[in-house]
Amino acid sequence: MPPILKDPRLLLLIAVALAVVVGLGADQMNPYYRGVIIDIGIAIILAVSLNLINGHTGQFSLGHAGFMSVGAYVSAMITLEFQKNLGPGVLPWTFLPALVAGGTVAALTGLLVGVPSLRLKGDYLAIVTLGFGEIIRVIFQNVEAAGAASGLSGIPRLTGLTWTFVLAAFTVYVVACLVNSTYGRGFIAVHDDEVAASSMGLNPTRYKVTAFVIGAFFAGIAGGLFAHHKTSITPQVFDFMKSFEVVVMVILGGMGRTAGVILAAILLTLAPEFLRGVAEYRMIIYALLIIFLMIARPQGLFNFERKKKPLAVKP
Amino acid sequence: MNEILQQLVNGLALGAVYALIAIGYTMVYGVLRFINFAHGDVFMLGSFAGFYLAPHIAKWFPLPGWGAWTVVMLLTMVICAVIGIVIELLAYRPLRNRPKLTVLITAIGVSLLIQYTCQHKAFFGASQRAFPKLLPAGNFTLGGLSFNTTQFVVLGVTLVLLAALTFIVKRTRIGMAMRAVSHNSAAASLMGISNSFIISFTFGLGSALAGAGGILYGMTYTGIEPLMGVNVGLKAFVAAVLGGIGNLPGAALGGLVLGVVESYAGGMSGISTYRDGIAFAILIIILIFKPTGLLGSKQIEKV
Repeated sequence: MPPILKDPRLLLLIAVALAVVVGLGADQMNPYYRGVIIDIGIAIILAVSLNLINGHTGQFSLGHAGFMSVGAYVSAMITLEFQKNLGPGVLPWTFLPALVAGGTVAALTGLLVGVPSLRLKGDYLAIVTLGFGEIIRVIFQNVEAAGAASGLSGIPRLTGLTWTFVLAAFTVYVVACLVNSTYGRGFIAVHDDEVAASSMGLNPTRYKVTAFVIGAFFAGIAGGLFAHHKTSITPQVFDFMKSFEVVVMVILGGMGRTAGVILAAILLTLAPEFLRGVAEYRMIIYALLIIFLMIARPQGLFNFERKKKPLAVKP
Repeated sequence: MNEILQQLVNGLALGAVYALIAIGYTMVYGVLRFINFAHGDVFMLGSFAGFYLAPHIAKWFPLPGWGAWTVVMLLTMVICAVIGIVIELLAYRPLRNRPKLTVLITAIGVSLLIQYTCQHKAFFGASQRAFPKLLPAGNFTLGGLSFNTTQFVVLGVTLVLLAALTFIVKRTRIGMAMRAVSHNSAAASLMGISNSFIISFTFGLGSALAGAGGILYGMTYTGIEPLMGVNVGLKAFVAAVLGGIGNLPGAALGGLVLGVVESYAGGMSGISTYRDGIAFAILIIILIFKPTGLLGSKQIEKV
């Protein structure tokens, strides 16, 4: 890579500029392709943010769809409120604040969920986060203001290519810079060996909760984009399957590898579109693929690093 | 007062099914230390095995009737045991000694595979089916409470199966081997115990109980569909954690407690719509305040 491209801020700027330029031509694009590309952008945000929790920090969360739903509902309700009171003219201006509000509430939910559950490890943590995701869904199913079981509909279509990819670039930038910073080494230390990290004076719980809150924030942003892209949301959309899809992206990308995770997000969003011809077998193929890959390539599809040999322990 | 006791009876019948499935989770966790996500789907397959077997059995035994019921029950348990053993052989055995999370993801993959294959029209189809009537209907009252035959049978069968299981685990050679593997698999294999055989046996035993649970569930709720294993399976897992995972009496107790709590919650008007969330709320509270469960023992992490 030429040295000028090594500056992450410059890379971010290039990505944002690209997103804006592509976004200008979006009107001429076939709406189906545009929709799929926006789906890819949202998947990238979800996968990269979950990668901070699952990959870099090593805390296995199965509740990402729960945070996504919080962001989706909050931002959609804000937009609908503005539309009702101030008319559709202001909506392009309120979109970003609505997204950020959704992300912030999702982050607060992440804090609420993370503080108690991050004391647990491994598959217990996976189950508890799954449980929280389900509880969030059951709550939305019962809250009248959120449309209960029928959800929200008639959300204005504000999500465009530009917004999606600017925010995706921003997510990648924040996560990459965070992990590569001095502070961020702590995430990796907690991932590698929690006991060793805490004996070096790091506070593992703090790192875990930080990762959880930041991950939840971006999941909320992705949820907001999703709501303003699909224009209607129901609690069922954000079920366990949705969380699992994101987890599979992170694992196939090779936990903790941002580039791999982005590739996996693109691939797994496109795969169902290509499998439309065999729609009835689609999920069967998907499940078989997961089992096969876990047996054959558990380190991830795009992880070409050789496995490190464990250090020999002398008795 | 009667209302309260009646809900208790309903809750115990539901809890008995949870208990049977929870035992499978707990046993597999005991020997392999991972959550077999596909266990709930084995339970579903048990229900469908009963659904497809019943018309055939009816050629030899009158249906509904006790003879037909016994045959369906036993055959289903055998079928589910074989399914459980095959799943372990194909999906989990190649992953022995891999990181736990790899196995967990595979287990979710197996669960999805079973669900979506069964939903395909070449298999069961996605729609809900009516479970055949296996036993003659009957109602009787006892001390002002009304039972139906099914509830009585569900509780009775669960107790018998639990007693049989306790006997196998505590009093037979193979049960002793199971306990040894669960305690320390490396040491057990040094003592000449075949770990692979014991793991297969454990899967078979747990899956047979899940199959029995499938039949009992079908008899109680009459409607069965390919996705019913997801919710029931997750709740049974919660029951296993509630009792202390790896602990057999704990799983049974956890199942019954969960069934009763859900039954009361479903009867209360204010919170009945939150019913599906209650199991998870219990799970979270248990894991935060007493991660070892009601009957579990504390394990110390060695560095």
